[in-house]
Amino acid sequence: MYEIVRKEQLAANIYLMDVKAPRVTHSCLPGQFIIAIAEEDGERIPLTICDYDREKETVTIVFQPIGASTLRMTELEVGDCFHDFVGPLGQPSELCLEENLEETKKKNIVFVAGGVGTAPVYPQVKWLKEHGVDTTVIMGSRTKDLLFFVDEMEKVAGQLCVTTDDGSYGFHGMGTDQLQALVDAGQSFDHCVAIGPMIMMKFVSLLTKKLEIPTIVSMNPIMVDGTGMCGACRLVVGDEIKFACVDGPEFDGHLVDFDQAMARMQQYKTEEGRKKLAYEEGDTHHGGCGHCGGDK
Amino acid sequence: MDGFVRVPISEQEPKVRATNFEEVCLGYTEEEAVKEAGRCLNCKNPKCVGGCPVSINIPAFIHEVAERNFEKAYQIISESSALPAVCGRVCPQETQCEGQCIRGIKGEAVAIGKLERFVADWARENGVKPTPAAEKNGHKVAVIGSGPSGLTCAGDLAKLGYDVTIFEALQKAGGVLVYGIPEFRLPKDKVVAAEVENVKSLGVKLETNVIIGKSITIDELMEEEGFEAVFIGSGAGLPRFMGIPGEQANGVFSANEFLTRSNLMKAYEDSDTPISRGKKVVVVGGGNVAMDAARTALRLGAEVHVVYRRSEAELPARAEEVHHAKEEGIQFDLLQNPVEILTDDKGWVTGVRVIKMELGEPDESGRRRPVEVEGSEYDIDCDTVIMSLGTSPNPLISSTTEGLEVNRRGCIVAEEKDGETSKAAVYAGGDAVTGAATVILAMGAGKAAAKGIDEYFQNK
Repeated sequence: MYEIVRKEQLAANIYLMDVKAPRVTHSCLPGQFIIAIAEEDGERIPLTICDYDREKETVTIVFQPIGASTLRMTELEVGDCFHDFVGPLGQPSELCLEENLEETKKKNIVFVAGGVGTAPVYPQVKWLKEHGVDTTVIMGSRTKDLLFFVDEMEKVAGQLCVTTDDGSYGFHGMGTDQLQALVDAGQSFDHCVAIGPMIMMKFVSLLTKKLEIPTIVSMNPIMVDGTGMCGACRLVVGDEIKFACVDGPEFDGHLVDFDQAMARMQQYKTEEGRKKLAYEEGDTHHGGCGHCGGDK
Repeated sequence: MDGFVRVPISEQEPKVRATNFEEVCLGYTEEEAVKEAGRCLNCKNPKCVGGCPVSINIPAFIHEVAERNFEKAYQIISESSALPAVCGRVCPQETQCEGQCIRGIKGEAVAIGKLERFVADWARENGVKPTPAAEKNGHKVAVIGSGPSGLTCAGDLAKLGYDVTIFEALQKAGGVLVYGIPEFRLPKDKVVAAEVENVKSLGVKLETNVIIGKSITIDELMEEEGFEAVFIGSGAGLPRFMGIPGEQANGVFSANEFLTRSNLMKAYEDSDTPISRGKKVVVVGGGNVAMDAARTALRLGAEVHVVYRRSEAELPARAEEVHHAKEEGIQFDLLQNPVEILTDDKGWVTGVRVIKMELGEPDESGRRRPVEVEGSEYDIDCDTVIMSLGTSPNPLISSTTEGLEVNRRGCIVAEEKDGETSKAAVYAGGDAVTGAATVILAMGAGKAAAKGIDEYFQNK
């Protein structure tokens, strides 16, 4: 069992937890992910590692409840335990490897974080700061109430630009607009990391292709085991089929087939919707899910 | 009874079982088992033992069944096998022990597998456990993977007094016995969990949620955690796809994904993990895994077609599985091969375009090579396609273990007789070495490696 030692609600619908997981903190690096299971026979939920403390043996995760399983996770409190918590999985971010540090130091790096994607961007920016690399971070959300980690990011980013789609805080516009604005103002970048919803990573990649900035994205497709066994997370990258869990999760954003990846995200929408409805309504559920026949 | 025919075994009616996940085969009653055991000729030179990859003393345990000494029968089996309730259900006995049975020459072979299952089930129901080692020798051995090879290796080493810890990547122990083989062939709580408990009762420790090669490497296990020897039984690995157009469409799954969702994640019971309940499902492939996927899809409510490129004679699945699948109403579209997955404009599967095949000259596997019949393409409508084409090795361990040799196909190189690898004190066996094979072959390899590891310590 894996104890929750800290829990915070970061924004309207975004939660942070520190979870005691010595086997994960023993070797994890920025860019990797874990799989958490809230209770026995629960779903395996992959989440990118947002921070870690090797001495306290805790891993920080940030998540937004979207289905029955993640809703259940929000009900866990400090002192409660995840039934299972396994990792680190996937490849670490190449930017955050000691052996690449000399190369990395030469680069002008810009991070574009969207929504919950801010969380996995944070450990990379922090790791780079600790290794003497200043970076530009553009972090955006739909609206002010959904922003989080602004103060934390301020401490580790060389330059921080906060954007909201509705203009309620910071720059009025999307991350792509902000990036274009920085380039227009004469700033130049030779490496971009974009993490967020697939649609956002797609548009950042389209822009950076035009701007000729090499771009890494962190893909979060549907997964089951996360160890390379099931193939659910397969993606088309260039001409190849890649498994996000073992080959990724980070890939060249200019090679990923985002449209197909987004179509594949729809595979279980109907089943997941039913499960969420059944979970939220519990015993009071009397139909409307199109499945149980209770409304017929 | 004339002795030529085996005592029939009861099974759930095909029409009934096609709609549930209860076990198909109901097993022998005590009376039936004793009667069947009476058919054994107790040969002086028992060929059946030679046909068993773990060399169970078959005539001896059957003799005890005939004498109604079921506990003694169990202890005889336990000397050789850590998982008799599993083997009695999933071993291909017809090509192993039963294939060698003298009774089989003029009639039906003794139902050795069914008797093994009876003995193991009797032991479980009567609380009989295998006997642990009298004393510990203090040597620490790590076993990677809790599938058939790992459990067998761990069980054998524990009986010899070793201090064994199994590391399992998933949340439950059992490997393919849990994520791969469906409930209706191998009940998880009743049989697999009980067999795992038996192995633990020998003193074996089990740590789930540890991915060797990621959470910790083999070198770290040996240098930091004091393990003096390691057995790698990490299993098969990444699913293969055909590389045909449309394979990324929504509704195309690997058999591994489909079965893992149903079996490990219990999606068939409507757990939180979703599964695609297709209306018409095409399963591509003809092995045991394809049969498991097809029969699972059927039970989830689909019309199911198995598409296989060779003919019935070449189906790699066990005859019993094919027979059961047919009884349940699965259709076999043989001598055809998919060339394209058809999709709608939103990227969902609408069908499979297949081409007819005919058999040509034998290939390197000795089976006649299927050849496409030009211009014979036609479309099968379906909403789900399950690819069951085998697996390729997972590189998680081989890529993070210095000095561990792999072959051209990426499988770990290990001696067949004792599991020795190119790395000192590291042994391997099962699918990680052979590529996808059977439960009992993996158990045989686990057993050989346990012996190899013991000899390594004896000679140290």
